[in-house]
Amino acid sequence: MSYLELRRVSKSYGQAASEVQALREVDLSVDAGELVAVMGPSGSGKSTLLTIAGSLEQPTSGEVLVGGAALSEMTRNERARMRRRSIGYVFQDFNLLAGLTAAENVTLPLELDGVKARTARAAGMAALEELGLGDRGSRFPDELSGGERQRVAIARAVVGDRHLLLADEPSGALDSVNGEAVMRLIRSACQRGVAGVVVTHDAQLASWADRVVFLRDGRVADQTSRPPGPESLLAPSPNP
Amino acid sequence: MYYTEYDAEIERTVSVRHALLALLSEGPKYGLQLRQEFEARTGDVWPLNIGQVYTTLQRLERDGLVESEDSDKDGPQKGFRITRDGSDELARWLRTPPDLTSPPRDELVVKVLIAVQAPGVDVHEVIQVHRHYLVELMQQWTRLKEDEAQFDLAFALVVDAELFRLDSVVRWLDAAEGRLKRAAVDPPTTPTTPRLRLRMEARR
Repeated sequence: MSYLELRRVSKSYGQAASEVQALREVDLSVDAGELVAVMGPSGSGKSTLLTIAGSLEQPTSGEVLVGGAALSEMTRNERARMRRRSIGYVFQDFNLLAGLTAAENVTLPLELDGVKARTARAAGMAALEELGLGDRGSRFPDELSGGERQRVAIARAVVGDRHLLLADEPSGALDSVNGEAVMRLIRSACQRGVAGVVVTHDAQLASWADRVVFLRDGRVADQTSRPPGPESLLAPSPNP
Repeated sequence: MYYTEYDAEIERTVSVRHALLALLSEGPKYGLQLRQEFEARTGDVWPLNIGQVYTTLQRLERDGLVESEDSDKDGPQKGFRITRDGSDELARWLRTPPDLTSPPRDELVVKVLIAVQAPGVDVHEVIQVHRHYLVELMQQWTRLKEDEAQFDLAFALVVDAELFRLDSVVRWLDAAEGRLKRAAVDPPTTPTTPRLRLRMEARR
């Protein structure tokens, strides 16, 4: 079942002669448990697609459905609540709050949503432990390595009962080993039932996805299908 | 155990000679043992038949790079050890860079160059067809990495090498597309210089 659905979504900025069309009638649906990568050159509209999918921006035309509910039919408050409860974001530059510990960063979205402190803390620790950061909860961001900071950012994005994970160049400036670790974590979140969208220009990161969507000039130009298993690359060895 | 299309290229891309020398540099070994260890350390992607192992050992012995431990025995009982010359040869080979000076004529590069000039062909569409294929191939290789438990170090290195190779082709396509877009907006005024043409000729 598709958890995120964009129907003929267009977005333009500016007026008349200076109008820029960032997205043109984009259709995209992402199932629960599916990881989709969106690839495209800069200016192709991939970040706009992500902010619209996450209800941080409104489309000029078209409809976005999250969990079957149309965003256009929600009030501003309802949309904000949905963002807090159901959607997790991972940003290129982590966006951790420097004055809060790792655990406080992770539980912040829950506490903003009115979850009791004790419950929020338990959920936060569970998310940190899942990412191998059980012993880092009381550290501040500047006491963590780049890879650890990014894992805290992912823990914050999947904490509680989130169903949609949106990531913009999630490996940021990490090296390829840490970049791969980030994609493994995102993929395992999806395997637990989260619908994931990763925007990237990096084909190695995109190749962790179930499906790769290519964006060109604001349109979906092409997409790969779910790839055949690795059996196609390998054959049983002739030597027993 | 698995093998890939590398199989057919084994003689060309991997020196069995030097791989066996490397294994013998750890200590004396039998032929069968050499085959098993060779396959294990190349991530099980390069199978080797036992005949190939013995033929190679005979040649190494003839060249004075290995010596047999016991000349009375033959077949699987016969052990081999590396000689001083063999160790020197191994050290030299490991540090000799493969010849990368003259690029091979790449089929994909040629196709894109032709698509740029052929009338009625949308080069961007041609580029996307190839990008699509490459990314799908990369998705398949990445699936191999998914199960970390079954993923030994040698195999991981081989899969990484393949992913970086395919990635470099995708990046070239991205760069080509960007360059073509800029050229369409702002066409270059100077024709290709004869000197550049000459260099391309010389590569053939």
